[in-house]
Amino acid sequence: MSFYNIYSQYKDFDWSAPTEYKRLVELLSPAAEAHLEEMAAIAHRTTLKYFGKTIQLYTPMYLSNYCENQCVYCGFNAKNNIARRRLNIEEVEKEARSIASTGLKHILILTGESRVMSPLSYIKDCASTLKKYFSSISIEIYPLEENEYKELVSAGVDGLTIYQEVYDETIYSLMHPAGPKKDYRFRLDAPERGARAGMRSVNIGALLGLNDWRKEVFLLVLHAKYLEDKFPDTEIGVSIPRMRPHAGDFKVPFEVSDKNMVQIILAIRLFLPRAGISVSTRENPDFRENLIPLGITRMSAGSTTRVGGHTITAEEHEDSAQFNISDRRSVAQIKALLEQKGYQPVLKDWMQL
Amino acid sequence: MEDILKIGGKIIKNRLFIGTGKFASYAIMKRAIEVSQAEVVTVALRRVDSSAKSENILEFIPRGCTIVPNTSGARNADEAVRIARLAKASGAGNWVKIEVVQDNKYLLPDNMETLKATEILAKEGFIVLPYMSPDLSMARRLVDAGAAAVMPLGSPIGSNRGVRTKELVEIIVREIKIPVIVDAGLGAPSSACECMELGCAAVLVNTAIAIAEDPVGMAKAFSDAVRAGRLGYLSGIPEAGKDAKASSPLTGFLREDA
Repeated sequence: MSFYNIYSQYKDFDWSAPTEYKRLVELLSPAAEAHLEEMAAIAHRTTLKYFGKTIQLYTPMYLSNYCENQCVYCGFNAKNNIARRRLNIEEVEKEARSIASTGLKHILILTGESRVMSPLSYIKDCASTLKKYFSSISIEIYPLEENEYKELVSAGVDGLTIYQEVYDETIYSLMHPAGPKKDYRFRLDAPERGARAGMRSVNIGALLGLNDWRKEVFLLVLHAKYLEDKFPDTEIGVSIPRMRPHAGDFKVPFEVSDKNMVQIILAIRLFLPRAGISVSTRENPDFRENLIPLGITRMSAGSTTRVGGHTITAEEHEDSAQFNISDRRSVAQIKALLEQKGYQPVLKDWMQL
Repeated sequence: MEDILKIGGKIIKNRLFIGTGKFASYAIMKRAIEVSQAEVVTVALRRVDSSAKSENILEFIPRGCTIVPNTSGARNADEAVRIARLAKASGAGNWVKIEVVQDNKYLLPDNMETLKATEILAKEGFIVLPYMSPDLSMARRLVDAGAAAVMPLGSPIGSNRGVRTKELVEIIVREIKIPVIVDAGLGAPSSACECMELGCAAVLVNTAIAIAEDPVGMAKAFSDAVRAGRLGYLSGIPEAGKDAKASSPLTGFLREDA
């Protein structure tokens, strides 16, 4: 059994057909747009009950942007003529020191997909260094085999983030025309392999804008529920990154409005009361602030999407970001904002055992 | 005679224990603890950052409180033991509340793994307070393993559903000689009072206080309710019956005849 079985059942889903997920269909429906305020009130109460008045903070650290894939929407696309770089261990340590000085204890490390330029051994070396500075290390890298995830868990990695990007298999193959990422199934089953390998938290996501968001979010939520049911001791989280402009000329085919985003977050919270929901700095400051009481539980802060972006100035390698960020506020600024809103910023919520 | 609770050699006067998660700020948490005059406070070690300059949660716990680190996040006995040892090594003392949860949906504890961790840690000299599903046999085993108290749940953590496990908790209170502390699910001061009336030694409350509109007021309310419930228990609550019992008995005159 894999989530692919459930995906296959729902890929040509008729929205008016009866389903055991009737409530989810309703929450995501155009008709629910008239009831966002009521949904928000329930989402707010539900989030308080499960998470209290807290928001967990983290920041991404880009280790390498070498990539063999040609994801048509991504700044790291192998065909893009950008400066490529991989941090050496000294540089990783320098970035770590800089980030740790903000008080953050949760780090998310990212690479492009290249088993040659950023092999598993490199990720493990980075994790060993980062352990000295952070109490929780999550990875957002290319999909691995289960035993490889186990090796990373042993090296001190406790969280796995991997987005399917787009659940629709046909659109997926159009968006990922070349490179190892073409393998839809290997990526789809990666969260499950990670959970089986002992990752404490597994975070999945759909890149909004590549397909009708209602279909994508429906499948994303089913995927999260599948993982929650199958791995009751793993914390399952979801992300709903919305496409932003980036290097290259990709036009977002399915625009997602702010109103749509709110409905998505509320629907996720109402259907998956205990799931973590992350909102990244792709979203602008005002919008992020308004989302705080609606059900989100994690925010990134002090973000950069460039390799070495925390310590190497932009002039040194221009135009090499994966995507542009909209909220450039520092960790201190986001902390102050949360406190002012009556929320406790949580900088540490795990420890190396 | 003064009514005192003794755990791990410590005399505890206030039978409301407070958990420190989910508060909007450490400052509010601190006020809530102060106003309630709680003496025992649990802290998730996963949230403690001793390296933090201004945001170390331990700095916000009033002096004189006994800090009980909990093993929140542990999925098995091994992880719970490791967290307890880390807590001790970091100078948090030798009390530990064991939480082993493999089920994130209901956050129900794994009694078997909890027992294993209790055995190991009690032998190492920890004052062990295991969070458990209310089960008499398991409570007995935990006593044998060296637990300093047992902490059966009232209902799932954070559910605010009150003491749904009343029948089972009552049996444990009657049969177990070490303190029985109801932990989790108490959503209102009345539920805490009810536990105390049953004869529980103490209650542990977190969510209901932390997410109340006025956490400080709610902490005081819980503290008062716990005191009232305890006093009720000590005063011998008359058995509840279906029929009315007149204050002036109908056959009272017979006694005068005699």
